[in-house]
Amino acid sequence: MKERAALREAAIAAVVLIAVLAIPFVHRSPAFEDFVIRLSAMALFATSLNLLIGNTGMVSFGHGMFYGLGAYVFGLTMQMTDLSLPVAALLAVLATTLAALCVGAICVRLGTDYFAFITLAVQMLFYSVIISWQSLTGGDQGLRGGIPRREIFGFELASQLHLYQFCAIVAALGLLALRHISASPFGQTLRMIRDNEYRASFLGVVLWRARLRAFTIAGAFAGLGGVLAALFVSGAYPELADWPNSGQAIFAVMLGGINSFLGPLLGAMILLALNDVVTRFTEYQGLVLGIVILVFALGLRRGVLDFLKLAWPGRSR
Amino acid sequence: MKLEIKNLTKTFGGVRAIDNVSLAFPSGSLSAVIGPNGAGKSTFFNLISGAFRADSGQVLLEGQDVIRLSRVERMRRGIGRAFQVASCFPTMTVAENLMAAVAAHVGQWGNLYHRFPPPGVRERAEQVMELVGLTQVPNIEAAFLSHGDQKLLDIAIALALEPKVLLLDEPTAGMGPDERWRMIERVRGLWEQRKLTLVFIEHDMDIVFRVADTVRVLCYGRVLAEGTPDEIRNNQAVIDAYLGTEAHAA
Repeated sequence: MKERAALREAAIAAVVLIAVLAIPFVHRSPAFEDFVIRLSAMALFATSLNLLIGNTGMVSFGHGMFYGLGAYVFGLTMQMTDLSLPVAALLAVLATTLAALCVGAICVRLGTDYFAFITLAVQMLFYSVIISWQSLTGGDQGLRGGIPRREIFGFELASQLHLYQFCAIVAALGLLALRHISASPFGQTLRMIRDNEYRASFLGVVLWRARLRAFTIAGAFAGLGGVLAALFVSGAYPELADWPNSGQAIFAVMLGGINSFLGPLLGAMILLALNDVVTRFTEYQGLVLGIVILVFALGLRRGVLDFLKLAWPGRSR
Repeated sequence: MKLEIKNLTKTFGGVRAIDNVSLAFPSGSLSAVIGPNGAGKSTFFNLISGAFRADSGQVLLEGQDVIRLSRVERMRRGIGRAFQVASCFPTMTVAENLMAAVAAHVGQWGNLYHRFPPPGVRERAEQVMELVGLTQVPNIEAAFLSHGDQKLLDIAIALALEPKVLLLDEPTAGMGPDERWRMIERVRGLWEQRKLTLVFIEHDMDIVFRVADTVRVLCYGRVLAEGTPDEIRNNQAVIDAYLGTEAHAA
C-alpha cells in the first residue's frame, strides 16, 4: 500500500512535469517561463525550509545563507574552472551540505527561541563576508560577468526554453526527494520531535543528531535552489543570502501551509505571482504583501493548504 | 526481571527529594508506591528511568547497576515507563504513535530509505494495540482521544518497547471511579500476560489495597513502610503520616 503511495506521488509529479514541459510547445510566453524558473528555485528553497519548520518545529531565520551559498559556489565554480555544469552544481550542493552541517552543529542544541536567533546571526555574518570579500564575491555588486552556460545532455541553457526545462526537471526531482524524506521513518521521527521531544528521547531518538541531520538536508536542498537561482540571474547577488530572502521563504511556507508537503510550493507561487502583479501597479509591494500576510494570519490562521485540509477533511497529508 | 534500588539519593537545591532509599521489587511482582504529595514518588521513577541523574546510589537490574547509563540505554535493558500526564505524539494517529515508537526502538528512527513504517513495524504496533485494547481507534489523532485512551496510549508506547520492568506514574490520574477500575484491571491484565515487574504510583487506596501484592510508602523522600496491603493498612506510622483515620476505618 505504501509502495503504491510512493508510486502515485511519482506519477503525479511526472504528469505535472510533462504538462509544464509541454506548455511552451503550445504557447510561448517569456513571462510565464521566467515565472516557472524562479518558482523552481523558490520551491526548493521554501520546501526545504519546511522540513525544519513544519516537520521538525525548528524555525530557522537563516535559511537564505544556504540558498546564497549554493548560488555563489556554483557561480564561482563555473566562472573560475572548466568543470561541467552538473559537476559545478554538485560541488555547490556539497559545499552547502558541509556548511549546513557546521552551522547546524552549533545551532541545533539550542532551544527554539535561541535557535531562531542564532541562525539569523550566522546568516548576517555570512552576508557580511560576501559583502566584504570583494576580490572573490564582487562585494555588493555581486558576481558579474555572467555564468558560462556550457551545454549539458543536449541542454543549451543559454536558451530560455532549455533553462526552463532544466529547472522544472531539477525542481521536480528535488521535491520528490524531499517528499520521500518527509515520508520516511526519519521524517516521522522529525514529527515525533516536533510533537513531544521529551518522549521521543525516551524511545531512543538522539535528538541533536536527528535535528542536525534535518538541518543539513534542508541546507543541501536550499543550496540546490540557489544553483537554479544563479542560473536564472546568471550570477549571484548578496541579496540571495540576506535575511529578507530568508523571510521570503518563511512567508512562502506560512502562506501555503506548514502541515502540507505542497504548502510551501503553493506559497511560493502565491508570493511570486503577488510580487509580479503588485509591482506592475505600485512600488509599495511590501505594504500589499504585509496586508496579505495579515489576512492569512488573522483570517485563516493557517496556510492555504492547511486551511483546505481542515475545511475538507478525510484526505490526509 | 528483578529491580533493586540501593541507597538512592537525590537533592534539589538542598532539599532531599529522595533520601537514601533502598527497595527491592522481585521479578514478576506487582507493587504500588504510595505517599503524600511531594513525597518524592515521581522523582523516584525519574531516577530509575534515567530522566534525572541520581546523586548517589544504585539501580540494579538483575544485579547489574544501570545508574550510569542513559535513559535510552536503560530502556534497552528493559525499563519502560509511562507518565503522570499522558505523554504521546498529539498530531499522530494511535497507529502512527505506536509504529513510530516501535521504529525508534528497533533503531529505525534515522531510516531514510524506506517509507514509513519500515518493514515489520506495523505488525508489532498492531499487537500492542490489541494488547491494551486500542483497536477501535487506530486512525484517531492522539490529541482527539479521550483522557483515558490517551493514558492507555502512553502505556502502549511504553509496552511497544517490550519492557521487563514497567513504571506507571498514576495510571488512573484524572479518571472517574468507573474508568479507574477499568484502567487498573487492564493494567493488571497486562502484568499477568506479559509477566512484567510492575510498579505503579497510585492515590486511590481502594485500588492500591485490592490490586497490589506489596505496597511501599514514601514520605519526605524516605521509605516509611513496606509490606502487604494488610500490613500497610494497619501500620501505625503510615496511618499517622498518610492514611489518616478515614482510610483506616474503611
